[in-house]
Amino acid sequence: MEYGLDLEYSFNEFLKGFGLSSEIAHIIWLPLPMLLVLVAAVVGVLVTVWLERKISAAAQQRIGPEYAGALGVLQPIADGLKLLVKEDIIPAKADGILFTAGPILVLVPVILSWLIVPFGQNLLISNVGIGIFLWIALSSIQPIGLLMSGYASNNKYSLLGGLRAAAQSISYEIPLALSVLAIVLMTNSLSTIDIVNQQSGAGILSWNIWRQPVGFIVFWICALAECERLPFDLPEAEEELVAGYQTEYAGMKFALFYLGSYINLILSALLVSILYLGGWGFPIPVELIAKFLNVPINAPFIQVFTASIGIVMTVLKAYLLVFIAILLRWTTPRVRIDQLLDLGWKFLLPISLANLLITAGLKLAFPKFFGG
Amino acid sequence: MSIAITTQFICFTILSLVILIGALGVVLLESIVYSAFLLGGVFMSVAGLYLLLNASFVAAAQVLVYVGAVNVLIIFAIMLVNKKEDLKPINDIKSRRIISTSICLTLLSLLIRVDLTNVWSLTSPQNSIGEESTIRIGEHLFSDYLLPFEVASVLLLMAMIGAIVLARRDVMSKDISTGLPVDQELIEKSSEPLLTNKN
Repeated sequence: MEYGLDLEYSFNEFLKGFGLSSEIAHIIWLPLPMLLVLVAAVVGVLVTVWLERKISAAAQQRIGPEYAGALGVLQPIADGLKLLVKEDIIPAKADGILFTAGPILVLVPVILSWLIVPFGQNLLISNVGIGIFLWIALSSIQPIGLLMSGYASNNKYSLLGGLRAAAQSISYEIPLALSVLAIVLMTNSLSTIDIVNQQSGAGILSWNIWRQPVGFIVFWICALAECERLPFDLPEAEEELVAGYQTEYAGMKFALFYLGSYINLILSALLVSILYLGGWGFPIPVELIAKFLNVPINAPFIQVFTASIGIVMTVLKAYLLVFIAILLRWTTPRVRIDQLLDLGWKFLLPISLANLLITAGLKLAFPKFFGG
Repeated sequence: MSIAITTQFICFTILSLVILIGALGVVLLESIVYSAFLLGGVFMSVAGLYLLLNASFVAAAQVLVYVGAVNVLIIFAIMLVNKKEDLKPINDIKSRRIISTSICLTLLSLLIRVDLTNVWSLTSPQNSIGEESTIRIGEHLFSDYLLPFEVASVLLLMAMIGAIVLARRDVMSKDISTGLPVDQELIEKSSEPLLTNKN
């Protein structure tokens, strides 16, 4: 099923038309998808921040941002500009090097993880063989950055917040990885492209959410906990810890944390849609529609159409999940730290282990439906 | 492709320098926190070397296990006992340094000997498997390396049980190291209702 646009090939051929060698064309091509994805991530953050402000306002019967642009759509840009020109403060007794390195270490792994997010058959930066495992490995670096900034701030609230953040992300990483493992077991591959293709057989009916309902819920809870979203925003619980590990941060370094947490939220939503909701797949398979309309699937027009539908579907599914996350944030109370760790270790871990075992058993019993 | 080779060479040089300088920093720096963070950097650079060798699964596993688990655990432990105290000067520091240096030099000479005697070059290009390596590693873990794999899990189980026994002192009435009766009052009892028994 190798159809779809190969933009890299066409671009290289286009440059070769100007008499450039294939090596130089490749070097010119390399930064383009990275820049595109970076821009997409940042624009996604701006949209999410606006959504967060508007939905929270609606949930609390306020109006929310209104004056910056129509319906306040320019408000996140104004926020970003403010953070950009704010004074960069390093507290007098803080550890300057670690204080600066902390936010970078939090942000960089999250952005690197976008490497594996596919928006279509060939629309991703790199189809690495270890795919989803790369994301799990990269997200395990984040606690080091949190501990680093918590320690370097030289503030007891920061240290406590950093320790809480690290404890939280370590304990929720395990059920997260186990529920991903169940999906990988069904796909026989770690690559995100293969995971989506495996779900593309019968449109909405073949999505993994029907075969992995428990895994879906466990993954979503763990993803929220990894993003430190509200039911689990213990590390920055305002009433107890001022702002946790970000207490001493201002200006652009604070913006890095802010950006990191929102990029992480969008990334988690995208991964949920890739792992459980069929990725770029349309609820009704595109091949079926093409056959119904009597158009060949390989026609250039249809291919552009499929690719754009794929991008729209991926983004739509991701933003639906972001919407649910925002609603959850403004309607649920925060759990206590002992409840949080109890939930992670005593409930989600056994459930995800049992889910993995059952999936393995079902795969042996019904290889047709659970990937043979 | 000359550009690919040049890029590889530059990456290799940078990674090796980071590993060497970072490892020296881990050993020589006075501040234990800096040592712990530098150790994380060294682990990351080793993962980068694995990536250069086309072993992407091993690289990701290295990041997950060594950076995400081992190093975080070390930093966690340092921060939980974040106590500033003046260490007592050790009397026979010189002889200790001499002994540790000689042991390290012996180990280094052993490694150099292995390096010189082993034949490193691959016999044929078919031996490099690239993306296939994940599947091959899985096959080996469940066939000829099954016993070490399972024994490692038993080791981890033992460590976990040991940690639980040390942490939950209410299961034992005597302290393991001193033999004195354990002070039961310090144990947190979260199951007790907070508001009813307040006397």
